[in-house]
Amino acid sequence: MIKLFSLKQQKKDGETAPKTGNQKKPSAAQLRITKDINELNLPKTCNTEFPDPDDLLTFKLIICPDEGFYRGGRFSFSFKVGPNYPHEPPKVKCETPVYHPNIDLEGNVCLNILREDWKPVLTINSIVYGLQYLFLEPNPEDPLNKEAAEVLQNNRRLFEQNVQKAMRGGYVGSVYFERCLK
Amino acid sequence: MDKMGSGEGPDNLQYRWCHLRKVLERTGPFCHPDFEPSPDNLNFLMESCKLLVIGAGGLGCELMKDLALMGFKDIHVIDMDTIELSNLNRQFLFRRRDIGQSKAEVAAKFISTRIPGCHVTPHFSKIQDFDETFYRSFHIVISGLDSIVARRWINGMLISLLSYKDGVLDQSSLIPLIDGGTEGFKGNARVILPGITACIECTLDLFPPQVTYPLCTIANTPRLPEHCIEYVKVIQWSKENPWDVPIDGDDPQHINWIYEKAMERAVQFGIQGITYRLVQGVVKNIIPAVASTNAVVAAACATEVFKLATSCCVPLDNYMVFNDVDGIYTYTYQAERKEDCLACSQVPTTVDIPGPEAKLEDLITVLCESPKFLMKSPGLTATIDGKNRTLYMPTVASIEEKTRVNLKKSLNELGLEDGSQLMVADSTSPNTLIIILKFASPPDFEME
Repeated sequence: MIKLFSLKQQKKDGETAPKTGNQKKPSAAQLRITKDINELNLPKTCNTEFPDPDDLLTFKLIICPDEGFYRGGRFSFSFKVGPNYPHEPPKVKCETPVYHPNIDLEGNVCLNILREDWKPVLTINSIVYGLQYLFLEPNPEDPLNKEAAEVLQNNRRLFEQNVQKAMRGGYVGSVYFERCLK
Repeated sequence: MDKMGSGEGPDNLQYRWCHLRKVLERTGPFCHPDFEPSPDNLNFLMESCKLLVIGAGGLGCELMKDLALMGFKDIHVIDMDTIELSNLNRQFLFRRRDIGQSKAEVAAKFISTRIPGCHVTPHFSKIQDFDETFYRSFHIVISGLDSIVARRWINGMLISLLSYKDGVLDQSSLIPLIDGGTEGFKGNARVILPGITACIECTLDLFPPQVTYPLCTIANTPRLPEHCIEYVKVIQWSKENPWDVPIDGDDPQHINWIYEKAMERAVQFGIQGITYRLVQGVVKNIIPAVASTNAVVAAACATEVFKLATSCCVPLDNYMVFNDVDGIYTYTYQAERKEDCLACSQVPTTVDIPGPEAKLEDLITVLCESPKFLMKSPGLTATIDGKNRTLYMPTVASIEEKTRVNLKKSLNELGLEDGSQLMVADSTSPNTLIIILKFASPPDFEME
């Protein structure tokens, strides 16, 4: 263990700074997200949009599934990465109204790694794959949109028709969905 | 009753500090091997040593009292909060008449008045309001915080003050961080020597994760009163948005609204146990504070400050946990540094560049070809004039498109100069690297 001889100096207010000057050191969250974004390895069905390329903490993810119930659709998710990333997960919302058992009509997404199972070792890429998986395998066991989940469980044909109806733009029950086909 | 060492006469002074003199002017079996007994030690502690206490809450009140009574005379304190009624049971520097006032200011006034010779300087602000120059002026920083974000921020700040010469840490740039934390009957005290021992970021996964419930449980199969409260907080509030603002846990109107709606939901699902206090607890993430735990942890922290300031004894190495839920348990262990820690493993490397007229693409070529880096497809960002800038990022199509123009711009045009820091992410390294530009021949007119 060192002895801090250096402590025994008189410190002065306004001591001139060494040459790093007035630069702010990037926060750990900033360093980590830079790495995450630079290493994004998107499947061919996914794309990102950065409205302001200087702000890596706010962006959109577009998923266009090429198989499954949602094939041909185009779904946009907003990502907001907070100052406590990666200790806390980013906030992700679905911006496209979608008929889906795990996504409600306000855009809340029920994906375990977005809440209770988030770990700092996970990355933005993990979330991208998680979201893509939701479209391939909608899960009626943990529903957020209960009606959709019940239909999926009891009548897959009807569920498929409902998804198609919603994606083409139209009513499923009393809920109107905007067209989101590519 | 005599005030503690109130008189200024030499006899009184002699008496007031005689116990410290025994420790600081004599050697002993538990001394630090390099300890040199001398009156200079006490002199430094009292006349030169400048401390910063972050947080004037439960731990902060204890810390300031302990440090001031120990002889430290120049103490600064930062706190952005004001005093609330519920603080008074343990934050003993505050009285009922102080409610609504700045914690830092009231605490500073109390200590400066009560303990002669000690001067506490209050800062009623956020830690983020101060820059490097401010933090560099302290010998030791002591934190009694309730937030991980704030801990990470001050940790990052102290690490950014480190300077390296040829990759070797310059110890005179090191400011130790003594961090205390409590949660009910549990607490911890730790000594962080930035760049030398494990930092906050190294041990980030030790912090308990926030309690979260699966969204689908909250939405469809609530079983606990907490599920109903979370439902209102996460889903119903944004849907109905009664005041068109985000939830403010300190606004009784908000808490009341959440309480009523959570009640309705609980009745619907036959769940019992919703109370106003539980709602407050869930919304604000309140963990009951225990005064005695704060006292123990603050005392441990103050002792470490004393050891570091005087070198009289080997400091805590480096993490002490305390638990008095059943009896008393403590354990001290050496938290290890994380090799790839995002904060403290960052030793900035310099990269040699001909000068400010070099283009960004030239810099990228250097990063890819220089044997020191050998990168594949680096993404570069920087902080320029306090704002984050993405200079170039090849892997993300939408960013690449918008930043491609920068490649042909000179470093000068981009606002980069000799000594500028850049963040570089590349697949060849587990972390984002920090590099410092070093121009080969700065033009004469830029010399200072």
